[in-house]
Amino acid sequence: MRAFRYQRPADVAEAVALLDAEPDAAYLGGGTNLVDLMKLGVQRPDLLVDVTGLPLDTVDTLPDGGLRVGATVRNSDLAAHPAVRRDHPLLSRALLAGASGQLRNMATTAGNLLQRTRCVYFQDTGKACNKREPGTGCAARHGQNRDLAILGWSEFCVATHPSDLAVALVALDAVLEVYDPGGAREIPVAELHRTPGEQPERETNLPRGALITAVRVPPLPFARRCTYLKARDRATFAFAVGSVAAALDLDGDTVRDVRLAYGAVAHRPWRAYRAEEALRGRPFTAELAARAADAELAAARPLPHNGFKVALIRNLTVRALTGLAAAVPR
Amino acid sequence: MRSGRESGKPAEDGRSSPVALTVNGVRHDLTLDNRATLLDALRERLALIGSKKGCDHGQCGSCTVLLDGRRVKSCLILAVTLDGRAVVTVEGLAGPEDLSPLQAAFVARDAFQCGYCTPGQLCSARGMLDEVARDWPSAVTEDLTAPVELTDAEVRERMSGNLCRCAAYPNIVAAIRDAAAAR
Repeated sequence: MRAFRYQRPADVAEAVALLDAEPDAAYLGGGTNLVDLMKLGVQRPDLLVDVTGLPLDTVDTLPDGGLRVGATVRNSDLAAHPAVRRDHPLLSRALLAGASGQLRNMATTAGNLLQRTRCVYFQDTGKACNKREPGTGCAARHGQNRDLAILGWSEFCVATHPSDLAVALVALDAVLEVYDPGGAREIPVAELHRTPGEQPERETNLPRGALITAVRVPPLPFARRCTYLKARDRATFAFAVGSVAAALDLDGDTVRDVRLAYGAVAHRPWRAYRAEEALRGRPFTAELAARAADAELAAARPLPHNGFKVALIRNLTVRALTGLAAAVPR
Repeated sequence: MRSGRESGKPAEDGRSSPVALTVNGVRHDLTLDNRATLLDALRERLALIGSKKGCDHGQCGSCTVLLDGRRVKSCLILAVTLDGRAVVTVEGLAGPEDLSPLQAAFVARDAFQCGYCTPGQLCSARGMLDEVARDWPSAVTEDLTAPVELTDAEVRERMSGNLCRCAAYPNIVAAIRDAAAAR
């Protein structure tokens, strides 16, 4: 591991100024991903700016019924927060589907969103990776790509984003509060992550030095009618092979509104707008759910080893929505 | 897999830091290379070798300790971040002649074979039972707003961050349920 300097900024402005002034600086949250990548030599910061001491660790209920989550709230505290469990259970479900008890006690809200892909070629400095080292190629494109993208990838990168929480936040139209050298701004979570294009090393639309300070989750009248289904290679403590976040609102049998987002299929959490469009205003049936998933997945381009993900996501969509439809009071 | 250990040469200026760390109730004033993990500080500087280095990547759980009462993986925490914090390791759970109820349950239930993962299992189980006492839900909790009932499935899900390559899992689950029932 490269030797590095370490600083605890007194406030958000100092943190952002430190990052702005140092090209090789990185923010440190819970460290569950960054410290590991530093051990692997994938990330080699010269300065760590520890933001866990900043006063960004509260969960507040907003007057409109929404939620404001500080950037350094630990995943376990967010999942167990009474208002989250009661009014925004999709967040609890997504968080609890990820990692382990110990890691959730460490990992932060913003760090969860900014975690790096678990593509094994990215994590192995002996392999070509345009994300880790631009211009070196993508060993995953024609390598073992079973776990990688089916949507939105490019010849430069086929990595997926590993967060479960991000999938739920995208489904719920959450917004990030961000502070950067130009001041405070807001970015929808759906616009945080990018598709790889020709620059897979650019993973987010955050300006250099930007610090996420909070996530705001707007109120959703049917937020309690939600589910997060996560397929993985063992019963628990594994990253998704594919996941579906869903919330459903029925008027009689008719779909009044729906939220649908997919995880582990692309370089960013994938909001299934086309599927939602195919569902809204129509009488709900399992067949409709399948057609809606097909409409979204028509754009899928599976890699040699992950063609099964198309059927997996389709089936998870049907299971999630039929389960919710059966449980929704008519 | 690469080692996460500190290199032998001294760190350059600004690349080590003073850290006051309370471990098992005893305060230690250390100067540590910023790269040192909590696990390395415990084992290499304080000779507390109960906490084990298994994978060194946060995947096996054998390095689990309690940080300000919460279970964490000490291999992924940089010690420099812990100035003023309090850590409890397996050595601090009880004295050698006076096992904690959890440790006694592990012995009674034969909840280990080689024992390498056991310190992490014990610290994790201690933290986990405190989480259950606060009614924190898990991925297998049906009703997110109801009190938690500690079934086998709940114990297995909540202890999934601790691997046991001897596969003593059935007895670990039984031991933890015994200890929970005696609380």
